[in-house]
Amino acid sequence: MPDNKVPEPPSSEITPEKSYLRRRELIKNAGLFVGTAGVVGGGLYLLGMKRTHPMDQFVPDGGGLPTLPAAQAQGPSSYDTDEPRTPFADITTYNNFYEFGLDKNDPARHAHILKTRPWSVVIDGEVAKPQTVDIDQILSWFSLEERVYRMRCVEAWSMVIPWHGFPLGELIKRVEPTSRAKYVAFTTLMDPEQMPGQKRHVLDWPYVEGLRMDEAMHPLTILAVGLYGKTLPNQNGAPLRLVVPWKYGFKGLKSIVKITLTEQQPPTTWNLAKPSEYGFYANVNPEVDHPRWSQATERRVGEYRRRPTLPFNGYAEQVASLYTGMDLRENY
Amino acid sequence: MASPPLPWLNPAVLVGGLAPLALLAVQGAQGTLGPNVIEAVLNQTGLLALVFLVGSLACTPLKLLFGWTWPIRVRKLVGLMAFGYAVLHFLTYAVADQGLALRPILEDITKRKFIAVGLIALVLLVPLAVTSTNAAVRRLGFPAWKRLHRLGYLAAALGVIHFVWRVKQDVTEPFIYGAVLTVLLGIRAVEAVRKRRRTREAPRPA
Repeated sequence: MPDNKVPEPPSSEITPEKSYLRRRELIKNAGLFVGTAGVVGGGLYLLGMKRTHPMDQFVPDGGGLPTLPAAQAQGPSSYDTDEPRTPFADITTYNNFYEFGLDKNDPARHAHILKTRPWSVVIDGEVAKPQTVDIDQILSWFSLEERVYRMRCVEAWSMVIPWHGFPLGELIKRVEPTSRAKYVAFTTLMDPEQMPGQKRHVLDWPYVEGLRMDEAMHPLTILAVGLYGKTLPNQNGAPLRLVVPWKYGFKGLKSIVKITLTEQQPPTTWNLAKPSEYGFYANVNPEVDHPRWSQATERRVGEYRRRPTLPFNGYAEQVASLYTGMDLRENY
Repeated sequence: MASPPLPWLNPAVLVGGLAPLALLAVQGAQGTLGPNVIEAVLNQTGLLALVFLVGSLACTPLKLLFGWTWPIRVRKLVGLMAFGYAVLHFLTYAVADQGLALRPILEDITKRKFIAVGLIALVLLVPLAVTSTNAAVRRLGFPAWKRLHRLGYLAAALGVIHFVWRVKQDVTEPFIYGAVLTVLLGIRAVEAVRKRRRTREAPRPA
């Protein structure tokens, strides 16, 4: 036998078998602990927490969006509110636009696939000059105005949004309504390839909305093409959306492709979906609760304390006369 | 020297189960919970309460189906987590959302059935949380304790209804929880019937 055998450690240094096994068990248990905690935490994340995923990487600062021609230098319009404006990031990441998904931040994530050029709008029905017109043509017809409006969602939250747009009434006058025109019906784009939310039958697609003629002609009612001086982000309804500040937000349909003047009251999407909860008029009214929640108060996005909701969203002075003699409880 | 079986199990479920709460706190502090923080916390705590409640009711069926005993070892903790998240959910509503304004809260409870149903579910969970200790089981006696804790099924069903009535339009997600709960109840019902038949068929003492 060779003489150079490795010296054995003294027996006093040999780990006793018992603690050797114990250490193996400790390591095994630690592994199982970490693994199980990970599975439990990860499962819970997938079930719900992913909805609160930070939106930073999706938040457009508006830098990439084309700047609109400066609004007319006529100064603030008499309709503007001087309340603090909701930040651009909040207006563009907290949206109900089910065509792009049901969560509030889905539109900000998914709406970029919508192509807003070329885009044409059909204007027809009870008009002397029915036509199909390109969005850029429409933009060339009007000078844009800034309107800082309160926006009150039927879900009891609200924002203050500086829109850029033009009065809907100006467009309607241009196409010369006939004497039979009593209502205006609007239709959003129907294209499940660009609007994947339309592949699920959550609502009757396409989204349709309507106004009475006097509501449509009211100077507060605008078609918006921008916000904060930038071209309207897709998630906010590019390239053309309706804004009716005294009505709940769902009246303001987005990505409009068709405007039809009608004699009969047109169907409207949320009214078709739940007639007992959403009416044709949908005027903001703290007195008439939604069947499932109160409309008496609202949370301004970014604030913690609820604030009282104002009749007609604070525009009663301008629009209450449109509804004199009408029972607003019946006509919610 | 004998450690209890699966000593890592309960600590792991506790840590994993509290992870969403830690994440909410971190996101809240960073301001990345989205523009409507209170809504986000309300939705998350409510969903977590329902997930844990359904999870606690899955323990016995899992044992019946697969013969596993580990689910029973975490059942108490899972049930208590459900209660904890339900309390947080309620406090978020009452304190953060409503600012402890008593009148609107009472009006909500009396006028809005989805809130009433949610509150009833929470109240039903209180006796279950109180009697979750081993001492309470001994005091009540196991059969009475078991009967009492069947309230968990009622609370979970009310939780699902609370969710269905809250959703604006798409009820797919609450219906999934409803379906899971139905399956879990079904497994227990089948087992109960089988047990009764076994007792009946057993030879009677002369």
